[in-house]
Amino acid sequence: MGFPHPPHSKETVVLSKYFGDEGARSFDGWVQRGGYEGLKKALGMTPEAIVEEVKASGLRGRGGAGFPTGLKWSFMPKNSGKPHYLVCNADESEPGTFKDREIMRWTPHQMIEGCAIASYAIGAELCYIYIRGEFTDPLRITQAALDEAYAQGALGPNVFGSGKRIEMVIHRGAGAYICGEETAMMNSIEGKRGNPRIKPPFPAQSGLFGMPTTINNVETLAAVPHILTRGAAWYKGLCLGSPKSTGTKLFSVCGHVMMPGNYEITMGFPMRDLIYDLAGGMRPGRTLKGVIPGGSSVPIMSREEAESALCDYEGIQEKGSMLGSAGFIVMDDSTDMVYEIYRLAKFYAHESCAQCTQCREGTAWTTRILERMLQGQGKAADLQLLLDLSEQMTGKTICVLSDSCAAPVVSGIKKFRGEFDRYLSGAVNPETMPAVVGR
Amino acid sequence: MTGGHGAPVAAGGAGTGVGPPDHQPVFVGKALERLEALYPKYPTKQACLLPALWIVQEERGWISPQCMAEVGEVLGLTPAYVKGVVTFYTMYYQHPMGRHVIQVCTTSPCHLCGAAEVLAALLKETGCEELGRTSPDGRFTVVEVECLGACGFPTPILLDDDFIESVTPERVSGILGRYP
Repeated sequence: MGFPHPPHSKETVVLSKYFGDEGARSFDGWVQRGGYEGLKKALGMTPEAIVEEVKASGLRGRGGAGFPTGLKWSFMPKNSGKPHYLVCNADESEPGTFKDREIMRWTPHQMIEGCAIASYAIGAELCYIYIRGEFTDPLRITQAALDEAYAQGALGPNVFGSGKRIEMVIHRGAGAYICGEETAMMNSIEGKRGNPRIKPPFPAQSGLFGMPTTINNVETLAAVPHILTRGAAWYKGLCLGSPKSTGTKLFSVCGHVMMPGNYEITMGFPMRDLIYDLAGGMRPGRTLKGVIPGGSSVPIMSREEAESALCDYEGIQEKGSMLGSAGFIVMDDSTDMVYEIYRLAKFYAHESCAQCTQCREGTAWTTRILERMLQGQGKAADLQLLLDLSEQMTGKTICVLSDSCAAPVVSGIKKFRGEFDRYLSGAVNPETMPAVVGR
Repeated sequence: MTGGHGAPVAAGGAGTGVGPPDHQPVFVGKALERLEALYPKYPTKQACLLPALWIVQEERGWISPQCMAEVGEVLGLTPAYVKGVVTFYTMYYQHPMGRHVIQVCTTSPCHLCGAAEVLAALLKETGCEELGRTSPDGRFTVVEVECLGACGFPTPILLDDDFIESVTPERVSGILGRYP
């Protein structure tokens, strides 16, 4: 397993403090590093007080949507008489994002502790940890940590002697990006195809097995123990930009940078410093062309936009894109934008669950049109056709997968039009074009 | 997508014991114990389907129509329903595979860092030549996979259950040598 880079002085390490420290994986090792203090504290509080503390911290969902976590928890009904469920979303598969994998393989108890606190806060009788099928190491490590947590009384019918029951089960995915969407994930746990469900009803009313359910991302849950031990005010104080974006966040930086990796920074940190300082900047002789900041499902940012943005939900939105899961795909001037956009479209076409026509047909046709463009057979009307298609794919489907395909296409045509025109004008020699792989 | 409306559906193993008559049941002995250990984890039997399919694949290397029928019978689901689920998820194999299955990430972040060259080297050195084909000696099958979630360690591959990071064309032959 690859080791992470040593911490950079400009990072604010909270979640990533023990990345690379193999001693932090065991229960005893985690306890020696201050682990399970958050859970012990939580067990002495009322569920309502925990929800209020998380609300006050300003913590927002780290999976991509950025929804306030405490508010989400408060939607769970009180005294419903039904079983409640918590689902920990460890189906990390957004291209460019590789942070949850690091949390699980270095600090599995950090996630388990967060799950335990959240389970107690929302009154969940059971928490399912949904780990994507390809994550064989995180699965093995998390299962071992879970077994140990049960053996040590951190989970089970009488957690740390408090008389409170907290139960957890790992559910392994089997290869489907869409199962990271919360309602698709619930179907997948129920033994169904991972098709997203129409909302409403929202999961807090009718979720997993029709029962009130909360779904949170791994990183969101991993932040919870720290909020309880160090206080909401401390977390809220970690803020360099918009007051609506608080705390630290893991930014996965990949692509054409010298030092790819996860960097934990305070919300509002300048993107220029993240790319050029922490991630080591471009390769020698290369310059930045564009960044897709949210994982691949958001508009591409131009060099100017990226270099002037602040890394938080509002800062990136101001520049016309979205923070999403903060998987930064960095592209230098050697990048063939048409090819990369084609490759993303192919990703979405492969991962479409095929329920909605706009998505099933739209992602496939977007891929085919870009492919013929790459092969020198594009038509003058193709750019408008792509834009029309993208419009039909935005805001018209059950989930946002087709919107996610349209985002890089529309922003790519807008910001890198010249590259499409080169293909359409025949200026690119088919011999030198990138091979279309995987056909 | 699996067939059109009105496509004939196999009758399954009704009245013939577990699964079709010529089928060696998967769920006996240890595999059966593993299946039964799943039941308390879920409120419905249907929810045991994904983990049950994982057991089948670990036992047999792939999930045959006969196995789908058996799983259906055990969990009270129709063979068609089970097939619908199997075909949805890319990690359930519907055909026999090579002794070792190699999944190569070629999604954008890895492509930017040379995944196409890694894939080409893997196809050549395994003798598979083509994606999805098994090498003539039955040793390897190479498939393309979408984002493995290790974009900071390009190019990752999943070789059976071994997640291998930072694969380069130069490393390919050394890695393959460890999988006879």
